[in-house]
Amino acid sequence: METILSAEKLNLYYSDNHALKDITLPVPKGQVTALIGPSGCGKSTFLKTLNRMNDLVDGVRVAGLVTLDGEDIYAPDYDVVGLRKRVGMVFQKPNPFPMSIFDNVAYGPRIHGQRDKKALREIVESSLKGAALWDEVKDRLNKSALSLSGGQQQRLCIARVLAVGPEVLLMDEPTSALDPISTQRIEDLIEELKGRYTIVIVTHNMQQAGRISDRTAFFYRGDLIEWGETDTLFQTPADKRTEDYITGRFG
Amino acid sequence: MKARKVTDGLVKVFVWLCAGITAALLIWILVYIMSRGLPHVTWEYLTSKFGGDDHGIYPMIVSTLCLVGLTLLFAAPVGVFAAVYLVEYAKPGKLVNVIRFATECLSGIPSILFGLFGFIFFVQICNFKFSLLSGALTLALMVLPTIIRTTEEVLKTVPVSYKEGSLALGANKLYTLFRITLPSALPGVLTALILSIGRIVGETAAVFLTAGMVYRVPKSIFSSGRTLAVHLYAIANEGFSFDECFATAAVLVVLVLLINFAADLAGKLLIRRLGGGQPN
Ligand SMILES: Nc1ncnc2c1ncn2[C@@H]1O[C@H](COP(=O)(O)OP(=O)(O)OP(=O)(O)O)[C@@H](O)[C@H]1O
Ligand SMILES: [Mg+2]
Repeated sequence: METILSAEKLNLYYSDNHALKDITLPVPKGQVTALIGPSGCGKSTFLKTLNRMNDLVDGVRVAGLVTLDGEDIYAPDYDVVGLRKRVGMVFQKPNPFPMSIFDNVAYGPRIHGQRDKKALREIVESSLKGAALWDEVKDRLNKSALSLSGGQQQRLCIARVLAVGPEVLLMDEPTSALDPISTQRIEDLIEELKGRYTIVIVTHNMQQAGRISDRTAFFYRGDLIEWGETDTLFQTPADKRTEDYITGRFG
Repeated sequence: MKARKVTDGLVKVFVWLCAGITAALLIWILVYIMSRGLPHVTWEYLTSKFGGDDHGIYPMIVSTLCLVGLTLLFAAPVGVFAAVYLVEYAKPGKLVNVIRFATECLSGIPSILFGLFGFIFFVQICNFKFSLLSGALTLALMVLPTIIRTTEEVLKTVPVSYKEGSLALGANKLYTLFRITLPSALPGVLTALILSIGRIVGETAAVFLTAGMVYRVPKSIFSSGRTLAVHLYAIANEGFSFDECFATAAVLVVLVLLINFAADLAGKLLIRRLGGGQPN
């Protein structure tokens, strides 16, 4: 198993709130890793340390090591733009920009200097196909992205991330704002994307974690309680708290 | 139950009455000005000079447009970027609070004081004389608080999720500002500018103390000039015919409407170019 992203003894503080405590978790390349745990346990916080979105929050302090292909992403001279290009993020609430579908997908490539119209069209098409949205929107690429349904918007956001050519996709409860059918489509999509991309997904839905992930990590109050093969963790949890959580006794 | 219904009904009537009276008054004033003024507005009136036998207002129209343009040229960028600084860059704290308090105070100062300040500072100390430049700088100071406050408010309503999405794709703060934040805020900024235009066009005291009252077509920004509002004030004062006052007033009203319309249109085009804006 090859590790692409890895956290070692990672600690994070929001001012004096110790939100992540000594997290050590390798993320295997090409697999889906699910992060589960009760509300407020630090799943989103951990996810955001992986592409340094925490930099935007005032008063955040990070100690420990996060590496991408062995390089410390918190090193002072590390290229954050390059990092976010390689490690893309899909948010809980679909957040398409208030512009056309085309411009949404082309937004990332344009940031990174792609100006050629033909190249942009190709990237937009392949990304929308990659996100299983092409057939639904190919006739209205110039329409506002806000006119799409919630599920379509979320797939558009995935397309937007795919367009910059990432290696890792971070997804923070990407289906929690969607209906069951849209959720199903996103899950199918994740199934399709895995292998080509490494996916780290936060979810509150145990069945979802069971269905789509290869590995699962259980967080509790800022601690990483245990992690491993999804089947193993669900069938024979090592820790009492994990067992209680996955059987729905608290959370 | 019954009493409740009666009260409800009474409140409704009262609300409708208030709204009706306000609307009626406004329409009445407009109709009155237009009906008394427009018949005297001829092509010649709009295009000829003032003074001697001529009673035209062409120079005033030019001065008004120049003053509006010049003032916004100063005030809009400064105001918008000051607001951007306050909302997006400044760390919340004492300094920001002081700036905010200062802008609030500024917006409460009577315009005549801005006029006096402009007269002493721009006209005399900077030696810009009575000129469109002095007038525009003074008016820019006057409308700046409105632009800053309004822009601040709309910037705060731009969803954080847009900015996060942009940054997560690798954009830096500046790129996000120009591609996402400002386009989303543009309609609100436009409202601020339109409000400012109204104040500029309607201002008299602060204008004649700084831009003067000379009724010639200004040759450059260093020429003095008389705006329509100042002209109206002057002819009303000097006892010209009421017809002429109403004619000038009618032109003033139409001009304000036209400028607002143009600003709105320009804004929409800009929004389309920047790629932001509303769903369609
Ligand atoms: N921007 C922030 N500033 C300060 N504290 C924060 C911030 N974001 C999260 N926290 C705190 O960090 C802890 C972990 O929050 P986090 O959002 O990571 O939890 P989570 O596991 O994602 O919860 P949920 O399942 O509800 O999304 C919480 O105690 C929370 O209050
Ligand atoms: Mg969360």
